[in-house]
Amino acid sequence: MSLLNDLINLDLSETTEKTIVEYIWIGGSGMDLRSKARTISGPITDPAQLPKWNYDGSSTGQAPGEDSEVILHPQAIFPDPFRRGNHILVICDTYTPAGEPIPTNKRYNAAKTFSHPDVVAEEPWYGIEQEYTLLQKDVKWPLGWPVGGFPGPQGPYYCAIGADKAFGRDIVDAHYKACLYAGINISGINGEVMPGQWEYQVGPSVGISAGDQVWVSRYILERITEIAGVVVSFDPKPIPGDWNGAGAHTNYSTKSMRSDGGYEVIKAAIDKLGLKHKEHIAAYGEGNERRLTGRHETADINTFLWGVANRGASIRVGRDTEKAGKGYFEDRRPASNMDPYVVTSMIAETTILWKP
Amino acid sequence: MTLLSDLINLNLSDTTEKIIAEYIWIGGSGMDLRSKARTLSGPVNDPAKLPKWNYDGSSTGQAPGEDSEVILYPQAIFRDPFRRGNNILVMCDAYTPAGEPISTNKRHSAAQIFSHPDVVAEEPWYGIEQEYTLLQKDVNWPMGWPAGGYPGPQGPYYCGVGADKAFGRDIVDSHYKACLYAGINISGVNGEVMPGQWEFQVGPAVGISAGDELWVARYILERITEIAGVVLSFDPKPIQGDWNGAGAHTNYSTKSMRNDGGFEVIKKAIEKLGLRHKEHISAYGEGNERRLTGKHETADINTFKWGVANRGASVRVGRDTEKAGKGYFEDRRPASNMDPYVVTSMIAQTTILMKN
Repeated sequence: MSLLNDLINLDLSETTEKTIVEYIWIGGSGMDLRSKARTISGPITDPAQLPKWNYDGSSTGQAPGEDSEVILHPQAIFPDPFRRGNHILVICDTYTPAGEPIPTNKRYNAAKTFSHPDVVAEEPWYGIEQEYTLLQKDVKWPLGWPVGGFPGPQGPYYCAIGADKAFGRDIVDAHYKACLYAGINISGINGEVMPGQWEYQVGPSVGISAGDQVWVSRYILERITEIAGVVVSFDPKPIPGDWNGAGAHTNYSTKSMRSDGGYEVIKAAIDKLGLKHKEHIAAYGEGNERRLTGRHETADINTFLWGVANRGASIRVGRDTEKAGKGYFEDRRPASNMDPYVVTSMIAETTILWKP
Repeated sequence: MTLLSDLINLNLSDTTEKIIAEYIWIGGSGMDLRSKARTLSGPVNDPAKLPKWNYDGSSTGQAPGEDSEVILYPQAIFRDPFRRGNNILVMCDAYTPAGEPISTNKRHSAAQIFSHPDVVAEEPWYGIEQEYTLLQKDVNWPMGWPAGGYPGPQGPYYCGVGADKAFGRDIVDSHYKACLYAGINISGVNGEVMPGQWEFQVGPAVGISAGDELWVARYILERITEIAGVVLSFDPKPIQGDWNGAGAHTNYSTKSMRNDGGFEVIKKAIEKLGLRHKEHISAYGEGNERRLTGKHETADINTFKWGVANRGASVRVGRDTEKAGKGYFEDRRPASNMDPYVVTSMIAQTTILMKN
């Protein structure tokens, strides 16, 4: 593979000013990422410099065949860790030729929520803990698990090391550096309780950028598992039984919560979330009822419960926050396959804009 | 996989000031190492400047689910041989949110002993000989041993070379360099008497740093065996029968022992150890009774005896030390799965602080 790598890693900056731009969007299922590349002349430093583009929506379940063009609006750019040099990734959202957001475009409404003056004033920060499971490609069984069988029970795997406890660290470490290279605010990683499951965290990010960054980090992750010949799953309960599910716990704070007296603001916000539990749950990811059982560090899907340091609650407040009287809280309900545009904007809307 | 290594080996110092810090701690069994990583805004070389962190103690047998936060206090920094650049490994110990060391935190009381003025004055040095066995991953049988059978009897393997005598040298050699890179005081390696068993030595290290360095050396070793697809065992008697066990002989000296007339100080110290033989043995590692049989270069677990150049003794004094009238001695009792915080501080306590 030497010659192929030489070509893939060619540094073009000596020979041309041209930049390769990879346009990324979300497909018709709401979870399938799609992308294609184009050549643009000169380095790009701002998404406004990029042209709108279009793709065949009839191939992604987003438009009928006889009127198939869906328009891509570039929204945020990131250095491309795969092509490096001056090349970039750009996360886009999707519109009809008439300029209307198509139904699967969740970014559009989220951006409106985040530009509401009351929300802007509160500077909402998000830290999202994205969990995911690695699967062996041809058998769809978790990486490291014996084919036709199970590993020893959970206990040894959380944050573990060793060939018998940690499966796929190469992918995780490559992803960490690739995201940092891309300018994504990745704040950490850890091995999870179920073997073959991992987590990374993105944040703190303000407003709409939380969604952009989580989506691009998911894109980078799936590009890396593609290189590794492994399948990534965002299913919230990949293996039924005494095995943890996969979530996307969303940590949240507003300016008021981060300031003195914030703990009261936090409690008031949590109360509002409790009043809208069903609505949030409906938007927090498909299949979440298989995960939120009340066991395996979750609260039951029909129960709304909060507590300090309580991992069996719907919402957990950290001891630091309780002690300091201000800080942030963690919504543990979202599933790993949640849409971060939906979840982040809904939390802002319920806690800042909604008057019960 | 070349592209994956390009990403893992990305040198981020060209693109960002950020660094990755891997926080390491000891889990609920007292031998399971755990770690997770976080991003920091710039290089750090003083543990006091690192933030405290926390982890889910309910997943490591160290806290209940409804009050799961365990706090990590950074204690020592080492360069990360896996991520390189300005990235670091951080050895931590574990506390309750109220600031009390949790019950598996052995470093805390060791640190107290090592800061006692009488102990500080004596500048205790430690050289620890860590033995370990490499096992094939899916069958838990030593590396290089035929599945379902045994290699030829012990004799050819100690410091041996050759594909039929030395199994896993890649792991040993990469560990040696990785530890030197990390700033660990690794003083040597050798192949051991039992095939598939190896030893490395850390020291001389002063006081609490002996424990920190040995634990991080163990962490680096298990990360390397993870990469190699081999399982690491610190069991003190991995194979029953005419096969050596694995120990962690602890070489020790104080300022007085290293000075003229030190041999008398050494003899007095050894007597004190003899008076506390049972207490030391119970803290020198689980399963040691399977190893300390009086055969295979050990002294029987119920016997305390010392001698010059005697490998069948509990404590051995080198001929150099006898000849020079000063030097150090070797406590051969600790098992490979001993906790170096416990062993080093207990030896200091018995020989320096305990008055007959």
